[in-house]
Amino acid sequence: MTQAPTATGNAGAVYLDIDRITKVYSTPTGTVRALDDVTIRQRPGEFLSIVGPSGCGKSTLLMIAAGLSSPSSGSVTAAGKAITAPRTDIGIVFQSHVLLEWRTALGNVLLQAEAHRIEKGEADRRARALLKSVGLEGFEDKYPHELSGGMRQRVSICRALVHEPKHLLMDEPFGALDALTRDQMILDMQKICREREISVLLITHSVAEAVFLSDRVIVMTPRPGKIDRAIEIDLPRPRRLIDRDSPNFTRYTREILEMFLARGVLRESP
Amino acid sequence: MSEDVEAAVERARRSFERREKFSVVFYPLLAILILLVIWELFTLAFDIPEFLLPKPTVVLQSVQQNAGLILQESWVTAVEIILGYLLSIAVGIPLALAIFMWPFFSRSIYPILVASQAMPKVAVAPLLIVWFGFGILPKVLIAFLIAFFPIVINTVMGLTQIEKEKIYLARSMGLSAVDTFFKVRLPNAMPSIFGGLKISITLAVVGAVVGEFVGGNAGLGYQLIVANGAMDTPMLFALLFGLTFLGIGMFLLVELAERLIVPRHMIGAGGGKEMI
Repeated sequence: MTQAPTATGNAGAVYLDIDRITKVYSTPTGTVRALDDVTIRQRPGEFLSIVGPSGCGKSTLLMIAAGLSSPSSGSVTAAGKAITAPRTDIGIVFQSHVLLEWRTALGNVLLQAEAHRIEKGEADRRARALLKSVGLEGFEDKYPHELSGGMRQRVSICRALVHEPKHLLMDEPFGALDALTRDQMILDMQKICREREISVLLITHSVAEAVFLSDRVIVMTPRPGKIDRAIEIDLPRPRRLIDRDSPNFTRYTREILEMFLARGVLRESP
Repeated sequence: MSEDVEAAVERARRSFERREKFSVVFYPLLAILILLVIWELFTLAFDIPEFLLPKPTVVLQSVQQNAGLILQESWVTAVEIILGYLLSIAVGIPLALAIFMWPFFSRSIYPILVASQAMPKVAVAPLLIVWFGFGILPKVLIAFLIAFFPIVINTVMGLTQIEKEKIYLARSMGLSAVDTFFKVRLPNAMPSIFGGLKISITLAVVGAVVGEFVGGNAGLGYQLIVANGAMDTPMLFALLFGLTFLGIGMFLLVELAERLIVPRHMIGAGGGKEMI
């Protein structure tokens, strides 16, 4: 269940290989080490979550995995190819929906298709099917300001999937949503992942969310971000919301919570 | 039963909207009317001589008598304004693009731009008359000089102020530089650009009138000087009203263009504020 802190995962195929990376930022008040000797191996098709306190460099890690930022040392490869430029074969979802205000829900999803030069009819068909699958049928022609926060984030997830990427990277995608919407999004996410062959890297600070969705959860230490522990989540799928109260589930959340308490990420007054 | 409630709510909303629409027009007109009445009574009560402050009714007479002249001179001024404004767009937008795209260009040109704004352009007017004579050109140039700065600043601001995630997204989609500009950055900048365009049109009006003050032989500004020399204060007011209507007309044209180009819900999201 618990593995060595390097989080190499089981032996076998590796999709994303983050090998001993360090990220140091230079600021006017001195250098800041955001990531310190981090190694992560993600298996193909694996749902991998990274949890940790704010400022542990987990967003930096996602930017590096996306090729949008480069590590100060160490290397990153995806499907055997070294990453030196922004990866265009991925879907990416940020905490804010980042929808273009002047495009409709459908238009926003289609932007991705335009960028990947997917034939118009095919793109339209795929985009509509995706929007329908997340309950947005009938909202295709609405503008972002006419949609609720949860709907906007669903559109941005559709946009991240319309070109059928092999890798989905999400940076606290449900962080700005209310609890009920969050639960629905988590269920939608599980469904989306079951329907396609996709590896997901999810950055979150919600322990329950990470355990519910993941095959494996990586816990990070406060700054400088290091890998504290990787935990295989051995729970049957599909998981149901009610399972969150089951002893098997709480065993995992408790383990992570205790790590946070031990590291001083959380402090309980006696 | 429930349908009755919905129909009633719908009816209430429609009548509310109708009243809103009506009051948007009605109250300003009422306010103007009241001000005119107060003005009329004030001049009557204190017996103020006409050359100081003519009564609104007298101004109205003057407008009627000089309607032909005012219209004709408005046309002259309007042409100067439009040409100066178009020139400031033709120069301002490409300049803003260059400033946005080439940092070295931005560093070299920015101090000069700011200095050119610190200098009062009204003071340059006589020089332009010396160089370009008394024709239409110096008026167009002054209108241009006053109007182009907000266009440059707002365009640069609009192009640079963008959520960094939008750019990350474009890069991870593999959008080309050209596509990123036209599909993401430029539409994102449109509200801000129109903010600048709306400020500029009012400045172009000022520029054209200043040009006519300094060395004109036609236009509303020139007629103002003439009326002033003749101590024809009612005519001065009549011309001022002409200028006001011209300015509002120009502004409304730009606003119409904005409505056609920028989606309604994005209007005003940029640096500029709604002025009417």
